[in-house]
Amino acid sequence: MNSNIESHGHHISKQFNLELEEIKNNMLEMGGVIERQIADAMKSLLDGDTGLAAQVLTVEDRIDSMEVSIDEECSLILARRHPAASDLRLVLAIIKTVRDLERVGDESAKIARMAIKLSEEGEISQGLVEFRHLADSVTRMVSGSLDAFARYDADAALEVVRDDVAVDKIYASVMRSLITYMMEDPRSISRVLNMLWALRALERIGDHAKNVAEHVIYLVKGMDVRHEKLADVEEQLED
Amino acid sequence: MRKVDVSSVLGASAENPEGLESCIDVSGLNLYYAKDKRALNGIDLKIPKQRVTAFIGPSGCGKSSLLRCLNRMNDLVDDCVIDGLIEIDGEDIYSKHVDVADLRRRVGMVFQKPNPFPKSIYENVAYGLRIQGINSKRVLDEVVEKSLRAAALWDEVKDRLHDSALGMSGGQQQRLVIARTIAVEPEVLLLDEPASALDPISTLKIEELIHELKRDYTIVIVTHNMQQAARVSDFTAFMYMGDMVEFDATDNIFTNPAKKQTEDYITGRYG
Repeated sequence: MNSNIESHGHHISKQFNLELEEIKNNMLEMGGVIERQIADAMKSLLDGDTGLAAQVLTVEDRIDSMEVSIDEECSLILARRHPAASDLRLVLAIIKTVRDLERVGDESAKIARMAIKLSEEGEISQGLVEFRHLADSVTRMVSGSLDAFARYDADAALEVVRDDVAVDKIYASVMRSLITYMMEDPRSISRVLNMLWALRALERIGDHAKNVAEHVIYLVKGMDVRHEKLADVEEQLED
Repeated sequence: MRKVDVSSVLGASAENPEGLESCIDVSGLNLYYAKDKRALNGIDLKIPKQRVTAFIGPSGCGKSSLLRCLNRMNDLVDDCVIDGLIEIDGEDIYSKHVDVADLRRRVGMVFQKPNPFPKSIYENVAYGLRIQGINSKRVLDEVVEKSLRAAALWDEVKDRLHDSALGMSGGQQQRLVIARTIAVEPEVLLLDEPASALDPISTLKIEELIHELKRDYTIVIVTHNMQQAARVSDFTAFMYMGDMVEFDATDNIFTNPAKKQTEDYITGRYG
């Protein structure tokens, strides 16, 4: 049976309603912090703002402790409440989502570190347009997957899964062109490689957003669509 | 990377009850305790052979009534009227030609409260054979040991077989009753809340026993403890107000049930 936004507020135990509401809110709050981290990391690279990059690195610890604390709340619910059906799927989806969000935080920190290195190396031009383009796409994906979670919207989650295909394509294409550039101008290798790491981090953020979207589909529909072809996922969701 | 089948949905690895050989076929079963008091409404159900099937549902939903139909225990209830068909291995158990005593040997039953006879442990297990006229000490010794071993009780009682069964703990008594039931080699075991009066350790022993016994028997268990149904059963039937709401692999019922009523019940919501 599909679950919806109302699903977790009607237990005979009001305390259980509150506990589920709380882990969901804490996860979405962590999502909010992550969204800001991504935005700041991207801005620090695009503007060469090393102060902002340093700030991104300090927030990382806070994200790690949010992950640990939400995991602990989830394990207590598993131990005490023995959740079943959509309740079980909610707890599992949150445990997995929190892990993906923490990884997004790590990738944002990588971008911030690259921002510092790149600004030390002087003006950058190569890959900047693609960085901006990819950054917009993965920002949309992360927000889209968190919104889909908050609204229990499997269709919106499917959109995020679709977007990841485009992100992978852009990344493959920019990697090819930057490799060609490095071959032509070996002096640029160190600088371009740092840019490639940052692009790689964006691509990974896209993958994690896609994972979160898959957790949403699992939560709402009870279907495990990981590692499946997009066309098959679309077909299953239509049934 | 793990390759997942395209049809992979949650619990897809679970067996489909439709695809298995059934042991008990219930069709269109109605049960009335009085003219205007219908307790079961047109139940259709195929219980698979050598699997554990759990009946769950709130009090008064008809799960015990249904269980009792399977070995005609309801015959003992005044004014209880049944229509519909119940077949065990293809044989209509409500047919005039059925010997009810023999049916109850083939379809053994264990109740919530252990009910050992006020006899020795040995005589409790040997009882079913003795009433069949079997008195050979060699045969009885063999069956008593085999049954007590099957009920995971032999090691605890082998040195006091001739002590009274009433001196055993509740958990031991319940396993003794199961040994007594399987001594007469039934095909089906009906368990009506077999662990609800037991402590957690005895409960786990009974659950472990159920797991062992399904190799040889078809087991149907009624339980109020949903975690128990989730732990021990292969298939779960959810009943509500005399209706069979949903019957599916236990894995599906507890992770992604198809019906809202089932979901509300197993997750503790008010419907």
